[in-house]
Amino acid sequence: MKVRNILATKGGRVITIAPEETVRRAVALLVEQRIGAVVVTDAAGQLVGILSERDVIRAAAEDESIFGQPVSAIMTRAVVIGMPQDDVLAVAHTMLEKRFRHLPIVDEGRLIGIISIGDVLKTQRDAYQGEIDTLETRIIAAGE
Amino acid sequence: MSPLGTAAQPLRVAIIGAGPAGFYAAERLFKETELVIEVDLYDRLPTPFGLVRNGVAPDHQKIKSVTAAFDRIAGNPRFRFFGHVELGSDVSVDELKEHYHQILYSTGAQTDRPLGIPGDDLIGSHPATEFVAWYNGHPDYRDCEFDLSQERVAVVGVGNVAVDVARILCRTPDELLKTDIADYALEQLRASKVREVHILGRRGPAQAAFTAPEAKELGELADCDTIVPADEAALDPLSQASLAGADRAELRKVEFIQELSRRQPAGKSKRLVLRFLVSPVELIGDENGRVKQMRLVRNVLYATDAGSLRPKATDQFETLDVGLVFRSIGYRGVPLPGVPFHDSWGVIPNAGGRVLDADSREPLVGQYTAGWIKRGPTGVIGTNKPDAAETVEAMLADAREGKVLSPANGTAAAAEALVQSHNVRIVTYDDWRRLDALELSHGKEQGRPRVKFTRVDDMLAALQES
Ligand SMILES: Cc1cc2nc3c(=O)[nH]c(=O)nc-3n(C[C@H](O)[C@H](O)[C@H](O)COP(=O)(O)OP(=O)(O)OC[C@H]3O[C@@H](n4cnc5c(N)ncnc54)[C@H](O)[C@@H]3O)c2cc1C
Ligand SMILES: NC(=O)c1ccc[n+]([C@@H]2O[C@H](COP(=O)([O-])OP(=O)(O)OC[C@H]3O[C@@H](n4cnc5c(N)ncnc54)[C@H](OP(=O)(O)O)[C@@H]3O)[C@@H](O)[C@H]2O)c1
Repeated sequence: MKVRNILATKGGRVITIAPEETVRRAVALLVEQRIGAVVVTDAAGQLVGILSERDVIRAAAEDESIFGQPVSAIMTRAVVIGMPQDDVLAVAHTMLEKRFRHLPIVDEGRLIGIISIGDVLKTQRDAYQGEIDTLETRIIAAGE
Repeated sequence: MSPLGTAAQPLRVAIIGAGPAGFYAAERLFKETELVIEVDLYDRLPTPFGLVRNGVAPDHQKIKSVTAAFDRIAGNPRFRFFGHVELGSDVSVDELKEHYHQILYSTGAQTDRPLGIPGDDLIGSHPATEFVAWYNGHPDYRDCEFDLSQERVAVVGVGNVAVDVARILCRTPDELLKTDIADYALEQLRASKVREVHILGRRGPAQAAFTAPEAKELGELADCDTIVPADEAALDPLSQASLAGADRAELRKVEFIQELSRRQPAGKSKRLVLRFLVSPVELIGDENGRVKQMRLVRNVLYATDAGSLRPKATDQFETLDVGLVFRSIGYRGVPLPGVPFHDSWGVIPNAGGRVLDADSREPLVGQYTAGWIKRGPTGVIGTNKPDAAETVEAMLADAREGKVLSPANGTAAAAEALVQSHNVRIVTYDDWRRLDALELSHGKEQGRPRVKFTRVDDMLAALQES
């Protein structure tokens, strides 16, 4: 299974924020959209960073005035990026190993989505569940 | 007007496509106890079950038997099957909107992905999708021609479908006789001259898309030796590392492949060669435009940013003599007239099963999707159950909020009249049960599980007679 199979049912609208917006605005966005991270893109739509709940908390623990600062001051710049043809299994492994929870997906230079560790685990769970459901359907069928 | 979802005013749902996703969606809808729901399940074919009938390999009869579970769902008094009715040519989305509160598209993936290499369109180069549909007796493909007088065949891709295709080519007539393979396919495979089948994977054993039981089955063919070149079965360091986090099934698959690579051929009459780390770059034709060779490049693996291992071509090439090529690199959905479509992925754009407007990306009222046309062509029969359940949850939530279509003629009788008005012979579930009984009895006469009808006209004629 590939990353594009996860993205296919996610709607494909990516929530982004500009690097010069305030951290306050970014936090509001995270709450409004019920997401754990927001992709930071410049005026040309290029991905320049990612801001996660954890980035905010880590920065706030050190400096309470961060909320008025621009997103660019605290965002993560070295973003690991995925592609639609990446294997879900490998991506899950990498996210757990390197301990990050959000993976922006870029296709031919264009940001097309973001997947969370929750999406990845749900997909894996559904794949196992699918095996079980196949067996269960066979048992129901045999019961006739 | 009485509230929606009551006996007086049932919630009326049209499901388009009677494969596993369509049936699982109907099942989940009928589990809902608070709403009275009626389902009309449409299929363009007179026969239900989608790829369970027309995809699943005929030598996997036990899996095909899941259809008995779908029969039960069809026994619900609020269920109707409208077989032999196609969305697009027989009824339109606009017409359905006038007759139903909700429409669910579960039309699967009807076509294949091209390889996109020179020579892909030579005579003798075919999509595996067509061969699969042909040996399973799909009416649209029964007249396809495959030159089984060729001795050497290549199957591109290492998914379960590639394995199915190779296995069917390597089975003995006796093995095939025990199956419900289409009768013409049985005859042609009986006369087949195919002696050597090469399955070509572009990455290594650890990335093979087929599953462990399928790998194991390859080593258990009655009259075919399965061979894996030892150097290609060995794992590179990146693959080795990737297996650290792998589950048992993944490990078992790799073990089977390596076990196959250590075997000595037993001198059986056919050979199945499983190759890794090679990509076809060109098909070469003879003077008549028939494929005679395939040029392959050797690959090495590299890790992407996100840790997945991808193939990279080296400068080492080889040439394989083959007279027949099947590309089995994945299925692809086709657009439905009047329904948004994501062209590069071949799916209906959706959020959790709610169909999205192509431009605004906002959900369209009353339109949903499930199965392969929703998530892409991946997963086994049962994977469509949680997938359909997610969609049905969204449908029920929307129905409770009154976010449904407002059909001018929202009754069961009006929907049937609509289809009748287009002069199609609706094949009902009772009709299908009669066809099913005939197929089984024809099978019995020949000592086979089933002999399929493979022409729509024959099915309709048989219904006329019986
Ligand atoms: C070759 C092959 C072998 C497989 N073997 C196995 C196996 O052994 N075990 C396993 O668990 N899984 C197997 N699978 C996977 C399984 O078949 C799929 O997961 C499943 O069938 C997908 O269900 P679906 O309902 O989305 O699509 P489908 O099963 O494809 O059903 C779609 C239905 O929609 C109908 N339709 C399409 N367009 C229209 C239209 N315009 N109007 C009306 N009807 C329409 C089609 O006729 C079809 O009946 C196999 C798949 C393939 C391709
Ligand atoms: N017995 C069963 O349970 C059974 C039987 C049949 C099918 N199914 C299911 O049905 C689904 C579809 O099966 P499938 O076999 O069609 O698809 P699949 O599992 O996605 O396999 C496709 C194969 O094609 C390869 N491929 C893709 N593009 C390629 C290219 N350009 N060049 C060379 N190789 C390429 C892929 O390699 P990469 O991985 O490198 O992309 C992969 O090996 C699967 O989920 C499968 O499990 C199940």
